[in-house]
Order: sequence, then C-alpha cells, then structure tokens
Amino acid sequence: MALLSVQDLSVKFGGEFGAVSAVKNVSFDLHRGERLGIVGESGAGKSITGFALMNLLSAPGFINRGKVLFDGKDIVRMSERQLRKVRGNRMAMIFQDPLVTLNPVLTIGQQMIETLLAHRRLRRDEAEFIAIQKLREVYISSPEMRMSQYPHELSGGMRQRVIIAIALLLDPDLIIADEPTTALDVTTQADILELLLHLCMSNNVSLILITHDLGVVCQLTERIMVMYAGEVVETGKTREVINDPQHPYTQGLISALPQQTLPGHTLKSIKGYMPSLLSMPSGCPFHPRCAYALDECREHRPKLVHYRDASVACHEVNRLHQETLAE
Amino acid sequence: MIIYLAKRFFQAILVLVVISLIGFAVQDSLSPQQAVGAIQTAQNIEETGFAERYFHFLSGVVQGDLGTSYFFKEPALEVILKKMPATLELMFAAALIVAALSVPFGVFTALYPNHMLSRFILSASILGLSIPVFVTGILLIYLFSVEWSVLPSFGRGQIVPIVGYWETNFASLDGLKHIILPALALASIMLPLFIRLIRAEMRQVLKSEYVKYARARGLSPFRIYFVHALKNTLLPVVTVGGIQIGTLVAYTILAETIFQWPGMGFMFLEAVNRGDAPLIVAYLMVVGAIFVVINTLVDVLYGLINPTIDMARMGA
Repeated sequence: MALLSVQDLSVKFGGEFGAVSAVKNVSFDLHRGERLGIVGESGAGKSITGFALMNLLSAPGFINRGKVLFDGKDIVRMSERQLRKVRGNRMAMIFQDPLVTLNPVLTIGQQMIETLLAHRRLRRDEAEFIAIQKLREVYISSPEMRMSQYPHELSGGMRQRVIIAIALLLDPDLIIADEPTTALDVTTQADILELLLHLCMSNNVSLILITHDLGVVCQLTERIMVMYAGEVVETGKTREVINDPQHPYTQGLISALPQQTLPGHTLKSIKGYMPSLLSMPSGCPFHPRCAYALDECREHRPKLVHYRDASVACHEVNRLHQETLAE
Repeated sequence: MIIYLAKRFFQAILVLVVISLIGFAVQDSLSPQQAVGAIQTAQNIEETGFAERYFHFLSGVVQGDLGTSYFFKEPALEVILKKMPATLELMFAAALIVAALSVPFGVFTALYPNHMLSRFILSASILGLSIPVFVTGILLIYLFSVEWSVLPSFGRGQIVPIVGYWETNFASLDGLKHIILPALALASIMLPLFIRLIRAEMRQVLKSEYVKYARARGLSPFRIYFVHALKNTLLPVVTVGGIQIGTLVAYTILAETIFQWPGMGFMFLEAVNRGDAPLIVAYLMVVGAIFVVINTLVDVLYGLINPTIDMARMGA
C-alpha cells in the first residue's frame, strides 16, 4: 500500500466573488522511500498542494474535495488534535525561506526541544541529547553551542540545516520540502540538496519536493509531477519526462532551461502568461499558449490519460497515442 | 552596555538642562526678583542679565536646590518628594490594571475577532478612548460612591509609612479601596490603546511564517499562541508602553484633581493657581527626570527581551 495516496484533491479559495479553484483533481500515490518532485510556474498550485497534504491551509483556502490518505487514514477528515499528532511527527515540512521560518525570539535549542516534547514523553536532557545528535547529522559545527543561539546568529544555509534537522527530529515517514533552496545562494543550494537527498535515502524517508527548478528535481527525485494552473498536466519517471516530455507545457519548460540555448542566443520562453484563477480559459487551460492547440483543445478539458508509468493531460498526445496503438 | 548607559545619562542631563532653561524662563518672567532669591543682595537685580540669573539658578540645581516654595515655605524639591510616592503608587496601580487586562483582552480579540465578547471589548475600548479622564472619573464617583456607595471617592485613606516620605496605600484594606477608583480612571485612557495595540500586533504575528511553521511541527495551540506569538507581540508593545507610562504622568494631574489625591499632579495644579513659580519649575524638572529614567529602563528592558538586539554593542 502506498504511504500517501492523494485522490481527487481540490482546493478552493473563498472570496468576495465566490470561491475560486486553486488546485483541481490532483491524484497521485507515493510509496515509502519514494521521492516525488512537483514542478510548475509560480501560482501553479504547487505550494498549496503541499500545504493541503498537511491540512495546513490558512483561510480563505480550504480543501474542497478529495482524500489525502496517509498510511490509510484521511488527513482531510482528521480533527485538529489528530492532525497535531501527525504534523511534525510522521509528516514534516521544510519551508521556503529559512530567514523567516524560525521564531526570532526563541533559541534553536528551545525550538528543537519543544518539537520533540510535543510528540514524545521525554526528559529535557534526553530531548536535548537527541536534538544535538540531529544537528550533528546535518553537519552543523559545535552543535552544543548552536543550541543556545538565536536564529539571527546563524547564516541562511545553517538555518536551513537546522530546519532539516528539526524535520528529521522525530524520524518522519514523509518530508514535504517547499522550495527549500530558493532563498539560498547557489553554492549553499547544492550542499543543502545533497544533504537532503542523503538523509532521505539513508533514513528511508519519502520526499515531496516542491520547486520550479527542473535541475533540482532531476537531481533529487525519482518521479515528477508537472502542474499548470492548479492541474496536473504530466506525471512520470523524472528521467523519462525530462528526456522525452510529452505535454507541450513540459516541453516548453524544458526548452526554456538556459542549458538548452546556445551561448549568444536569446533564451527561449513560453509565450504568454499563466491564466488567472478568476478567468480560466475554456477547455485545456494551456491552449492559449500552446502551439499545437486545436478546436478540441478550446472546447474540451483534456483528462489525465495513463500510459504505462506516465500520464499526460493533452488531446494531441492522446490522439498520437491512439494512432500508434491502431498501427 | 555601560557605554550605552553612560550615553543615556548624558542625554538625560541634556534634556534636564533644556527643561530647566524653559522652566527658569517661565519663573523668571513671572517674578525675576524671586527667581534670583535672597542670595542676590549686593547687586541690583535690574543690572544682572538673564544668563547670569540662569547660571545662578543652575548652580543651585546642581546642589539639589530647586528654590523655595512661596506657599509651603519649604524647599520645592522636598515638597515634591513628599508628594511623589502618592503619584507613583497611583501610576503603578493604573499600570497594573492596564497590564493585567490588556494582554488577555488583546489576545482574545485577536484570536476570536468575530466572537461576541471581542466585539463588546472593541466597542467598549472605542468608548474608553473617546471619553476624557475627568468624565470617566466623575462617572466612576457617581456609580461607585454615590449610587452604590461601595468605594470612597477622595483622598488616600489609611496609609502606612514605609521609608522616608513613602507612605503606601497597598498595606491596608482602606488604602486599597481608596486607590481603586483613581487608578481605574487613570487606566481608562491607556487600557483601550493597549488592547488595540496588542490585538493588532498579535493578528500580524499570527500570519507570520514562524507561526505557520509552529503549527506544521504539531505544537499545541497554547504553546503557539502564548509562547511563539505573544512573545513577538509584546516586543513593540513594550516600546509603546514605555512612552505611554511617561504620558501617564501627565494624566495624573487630572485623575488626582478629581479624586483629591494628594500627589504631585494635584500639587502642581495648586501651585499653578497660587503662582508658586519655584514649585512649578521643580515639578517640571522632576517629571522630566522621571520621563528620562522610565524611557531608559524600557530601552534596557527591550534589549533584554529581544535577542536580536546586542546590548554589548548598543550605542556603540
């Protein structure tokens, strides 16, 4: 059985002009120890999906429909008390910006120990011992001293290491990392990603990595899920999707990578903008920007069709697939 | 830290010099003869310039001589020091009421903005802010002293001496009963402000990433609200509080007058009525000193509770 099974998850944001859908019909399974990357542009609904998995959406956002089965139990229907037992304990989250994630007026040690004590009956010194142990695991120098330091006394990279250490404190089954390296400089990024990969593999922790950086996804994950305007447009094995993208949007994303352009040439980009949630186009949400758009694309919303390991939501891809099957 | 305190000390001196100059100018224009006082015998007052008279006054101030009150025929400083404990106790009682009520009310209204009680607290706080202290005071007297006759309406009641001029209201039931109404009147102006300040700050803090992160770690709501959120909420409140305690001194003039409270504020108003210039100047100087001391204390306190401020490097 999958560790995490998301079924038909939809998130809406209530507003003055009625609710708008931010995430639509997202479904996927994640097995123990598996690493999944969720990619897409800003506003594609990646982070909202991540928070919805923990049932941690703040108002006016709410889960409108669907199930998030974590170890067989539905996160969406859990009471706040039950959720508290899961959050931080079996499911941990790494936030985007380490500068604002830790509470500025509490020491590193206080924030680590309180997390442990929220989930386990431990003596203070036992909790402190575990915390120092974990700080050592993320290669923080002189961890005993760091325990009594405040977040502002640490560099950005170190703070993100502390946050990874906190995520690992209770040996969770799943870590959701929301753009964990976006706020860091490039050299620190590489260190942090390597550390995250190493720790997930050695502890057999599942990882959901939310990012807009395809390079990071390639490096860390086995499977990829591409989102556009709140919908999943393509999923599959990371290597296969990157090497042979099916959906025109994924193709556009990959050809927009700077490595795909020869030096001296203009960088490629996908024309146009992602539609606003308030004015979604009819049919396929990507059709206004798509080079292959047909009448069918303007009228009917494509369904996510499964092919062996992958699935794609595109009429054109589906048609080509049917043709090859017919031959 | 020491450098910082030394810096503040010199700032305080500067502030006091400016206050003394203004105060002396007032006194000098009221009665130049008295301003120079009995020391001036050999020279004709008309021949001495303002600067000369001011420096004469300053040399007295340095020795702790702020002039002699016309009315009490006593050193002005001594008159004030006798009245000061009454005022400080009144301010303390008012500050206690504000601190004890503003935090729970502010937090409650921030956590449950749509609750009936929140709406009531916020409406009442608008009312409290808009009604001047003397109206609140008279209203309190009317209700508690006249209508229900449960609390006394004037004076300090039974007071117990502690040290020197200090006699306290807090040592006897009668004394406590007497301080309730004036302290309530004085608190009425500050309490709504603090409830609203704490509410606004708390709501801001509750939206922050670190509160969301605390929830993502499965911490209890109590810990999230009262450790993570409240600690950050109170940082700016302490700063504003320091300034407001200073302002409280000004409001004691009103509260003391209404409740015939024998403190500095009541004395000041009488001194103004009597044209008791040395006492007025002495009052200004003492209040100025209280202001500076309180603000320094608050700054130091802020440095202690906010870890992002490095006290060792403050003022460097």
